Amino acid sequence: MLNASLKELSRLLAEKKISSVELTQTFLHRIDVLNPGLNAFITLDTEKSLAQARAADALIAAGNATPLSGIPIAQKDIFCAQGWLSTCGSKMLSNFVSPYDAHVIEQFDRAGAVNLGKTNMDEFAMGSSNETSFFGQVKNPWDVSAVPGGSSGGSATAVAARLAPAATGTDTGGSIRQPAALTGITGIKPTYGTVSRYGMIAFASSLDQAGPMAKSAEDCALLLNVMAGFDSRDSTSLERDKEDYARDLNLPLKGLKIGLPREYFAEGLSPDVAKAVEAALAEYRRLGAETVEISLPNTRLSIPVYYVLAPAEASSNLSRYDGVRYGYRAPEYGGLGDMYQKTRAQGFGTEVKRRIMIGTYVLSAGYYDAYYIKAQKLRRLIAQDFEQAFKQCDVIMGPTSPTTAFKLGEKSDDPVSMYLSDIYTIAVNLAGLPGMSVPCGFGDNGLPVGLQIVGNYFAEAKMLNVAHQYQMATDWHQRMPQGI
Amino acid sequence: MQWEIVIGLETHAQLNTVSKIFSGAATAYGAEPNTQACAVDIALPGVLPVFNRTAAEKAVKFGLAVGARINHKSVFERKNYFYPDLPKGYQTTQLELPIVAEGGKLRIQVGDYEKDIRITRAHMEEDAGKSLHEDFHGMSGIDLNRAGTPLIEIVTEPDMRSSAEAVAYAKALHSLVRWIGICDGNMQEGSFRCDANVSVRPLGVEKLGTRCEIKNLNSFKFMEKAIEFEVQRQIEILEDGGRIVQETRLYDSERNETRSMRSKEEANDYRYFPDPDLLPLVVSDEYIEQVRAALPELPQAKCERFISQFGLPAYDAGALTAARELADYFEATVAVLGGEAKLVANWLMGDLSAALNKHDLDIAASPVSSTQLAGLLKRIQDGTISGKIAKEVFEAMWNGEGDTDAIIEARGLKQISDSGAIEKIIDDIIAANPAQVAEYRSGKEKMFGFFVGLAMKASKGKANPAQLNDLMKKKLVG
Amino acid sequence: MSLTLDDVKRIAHLARIEVGGSEVEGYLAQLSSILGLVEEMQAVNTDGIEPMAHAQDVVLRLREDVVSETNRRDAYQAVAPQVEAGLYLVPKVIE
Repeated sequence: MLNASLKELSRLLAEKKISSVELTQTFLHRIDVLNPGLNAFITLDTEKSLAQARAADALIAAGNATPLSGIPIAQKDIFCAQGWLSTCGSKMLSNFVSPYDAHVIEQFDRAGAVNLGKTNMDEFAMGSSNETSFFGQVKNPWDVSAVPGGSSGGSATAVAARLAPAATGTDTGGSIRQPAALTGITGIKPTYGTVSRYGMIAFASSLDQAGPMAKSAEDCALLLNVMAGFDSRDSTSLERDKEDYARDLNLPLKGLKIGLPREYFAEGLSPDVAKAVEAALAEYRRLGAETVEISLPNTRLSIPVYYVLAPAEASSNLSRYDGVRYGYRAPEYGGLGDMYQKTRAQGFGTEVKRRIMIGTYVLSAGYYDAYYIKAQKLRRLIAQDFEQAFKQCDVIMGPTSPTTAFKLGEKSDDPVSMYLSDIYTIAVNLAGLPGMSVPCGFGDNGLPVGLQIVGNYFAEAKMLNVAHQYQMATDWHQRMPQGI
Repeated sequence: MQWEIVIGLETHAQLNTVSKIFSGAATAYGAEPNTQACAVDIALPGVLPVFNRTAAEKAVKFGLAVGARINHKSVFERKNYFYPDLPKGYQTTQLELPIVAEGGKLRIQVGDYEKDIRITRAHMEEDAGKSLHEDFHGMSGIDLNRAGTPLIEIVTEPDMRSSAEAVAYAKALHSLVRWIGICDGNMQEGSFRCDANVSVRPLGVEKLGTRCEIKNLNSFKFMEKAIEFEVQRQIEILEDGGRIVQETRLYDSERNETRSMRSKEEANDYRYFPDPDLLPLVVSDEYIEQVRAALPELPQAKCERFISQFGLPAYDAGALTAARELADYFEATVAVLGGEAKLVANWLMGDLSAALNKHDLDIAASPVSSTQLAGLLKRIQDGTISGKIAKEVFEAMWNGEGDTDAIIEARGLKQISDSGAIEKIIDDIIAANPAQVAEYRSGKEKMFGFFVGLAMKASKGKANPAQLNDLMKKKLVG
Repeated sequence: MSLTLDDVKRIAHLARIEVGGSEVEGYLAQLSSILGLVEEMQAVNTDGIEPMAHAQDVVLRLREDVVSETNRRDAYQAVAPQVEAGLYLVPKVIE
């Protein structure tokens, strides 16, 4: 059952071979045993989860089940869930019980899914290793001295260690794809505007996007079917016809043109990662695809552009955390200004404060044109690179991350080196394109390697098809960490 | 040294939408604290703004009413600063691309001259909450009901040269926003707030002096006094050889002085940037024309029409178009009456206005409707009652005694127009006052009034004045 | 553009984050290093390029002017640090 697909679980539930309550209890028990060593979850609430499971069982009995009914899903703690502590991995919200549900949470509710618990994450989604959480580091289940990646590290570990059948994540610069790659699972960040951001605690508004993290592309498709869709409460939510993201899973890959950016296979890429990716590409050729070399010339610029734009938006989005209406307030302070300063100095962690400072700086008088506007212009160039590339290919592939999972503490003192590891994922967010990661092998140290697939706008169904066909021909996605 | 005063005004007018600019919470004034502040208004984690289309409509209405250019594309930006009544830590406003661009102007009348004040721009933004400074054990209380109420900020060029001009502009603007129905103009409730930018310069010098901003002037009277004080203050400093510090000041009405609020050193760096949660607002030419078509006839056009269509003198037309409700009342009355515009005008500017003022009522609350007034004036027109009796009927109608005919009936006020009856009254009076008759006949023309007075009294005021005069003259002459 | 200690203090004040004496140096070093990363942008010519604020070329969706929210003050204030008489309490606001 730990390796069962969502489709299989759904069938077991429909056939009454197991109830949602039993299924949920199984995972809760597993979490009980394994989570202390992995720290993937911040909040669990057995009462609430089982109440939802019971409701789901009733739904199934009444014949009203949908594909995710009765299935426990781990929710990244960036989604506000009514009645649940919703911390965003921060001390600032460590006491915040949300009075409302995010759109994504509502969607899962409507589908009859079960909220298994809130997963750990880098504070305010700022990080690539899940080391910045107020609630402690998350461990990679393949090697507990290594990072799982971030910011959706808790969700990634939960799925990889089979503590949850599936989870949600969010991705601003790679925060679904990179942890998926580092923990050997599948994750997809859809086109910007596909999933409503209402109730998703904001980091960088023009880049943030929620998406599924699961054991396979097929599972991700089912999750995306529930998560995606127009929401009038998010002005950036796109009004499009409802899609079945699983509709093309079984299309053959013959004739698929895969673009390989030369910039993704250059210096900085670890040889063992390159090897695993090359093997995956060979498999794709065997499946009937052809590869063509392309160029995304402004790839290198995506890092400075991102580290201007994302902190800028974040610096403004995080101004609401001031100790006035909710969340942490410093226990001692003098006047109003002092209260603000102490609350924010104490409530935010180091990385968050760093990014707020950078963001404040690049927006400040005298620097706005040179930094912010400049970055927005380069952003357009980066998007145009992809536009050109997609004239020559159907999808773009490459490594998700330049290395396999690095050790805990290895990069946490050097923010710049941490930022550089986002080199392959960031440009996708800047352009608003969909991107996913599928496991494609292991590195020299036995740690997972992820293959990134980037599609054109709204090409999720195609990308999931491309991933699914690969997963039908290989079994990397079915591997589980030892001793788990 | 001759000094020239230079004033520019910034006005924040609350747009009278029923819901907020970026959320569906209510905007009604006077609710219990924080009962009209939803998740979006209190900036909970994860909430997002959704734009109220009617706010744009009202802003466009304003732009068209002052003849400004409307920007097809306008952008919302974030103005970042920290204050407890600003829940997000930024105000969503418009900077580089406001919805109303240049070209607008408002004509003001000061004493006997007219002047156009140029409107630089107008943009939409959200209002902040309120801080209550009553002591809560040394703390302030924050009410966010007002947070998110849509505002239009209207900025003028520094075209005003006196406090009188500034007040005239503020009044004209106040009247206009109410006229076109975008703002209720309630200054006590904070729906209409003015900030004055005041500076002085030696007469003849082109360079502007350093200005100070006087914030939150919420009455025309205070505006006048505050500007006067500030001008004096600045002149005194400059004449003493000092320099003006650019700063924000508040007017203290009790001491009649302005005092400094924040100095330049604390000037905020607002770090404006386009709000990534909102996309550019686009309005098409068709939309703009739709809004234009739905605009009511504006005061100036209506005034000119009252002159040409109804033949009213300029003064009357001006008085009647001071407020849209009054102008509408006038036209409605004339329509029912089928004419007699001057008669109606006289009654509106006279008796009706006097009664409204006496009882401190707006015309909308008048107990006498335009139909009722038309009914009254009809009875003057057709001779049923005299103008004088009509005043009595009017008062009775105001007090709820019914319509004109009912009151005339109940009080027996019908004018006596039967010449026979009038002649009888006259004959009786002439017979009873031989001495005075003799005086009159010997040349004392002033005695005429004496006889008319007696006749009026005898007829309880109901004798048709014209007929009475006529017959009285004939009979006295003999 | 090289950052100074005064810059750091100014930014910290704008962001309302208390930065203690010893921390300022640390921030200066880290922020400088991040800004060094960002300097690469200046080498690229962007004349004539429009800034890209959003991925899709869409315009603002409009909401009807109706009251759609009910009073949920109790629920919202249940998570407030300090509330009295329905008001959020903060240290005295000096005007």
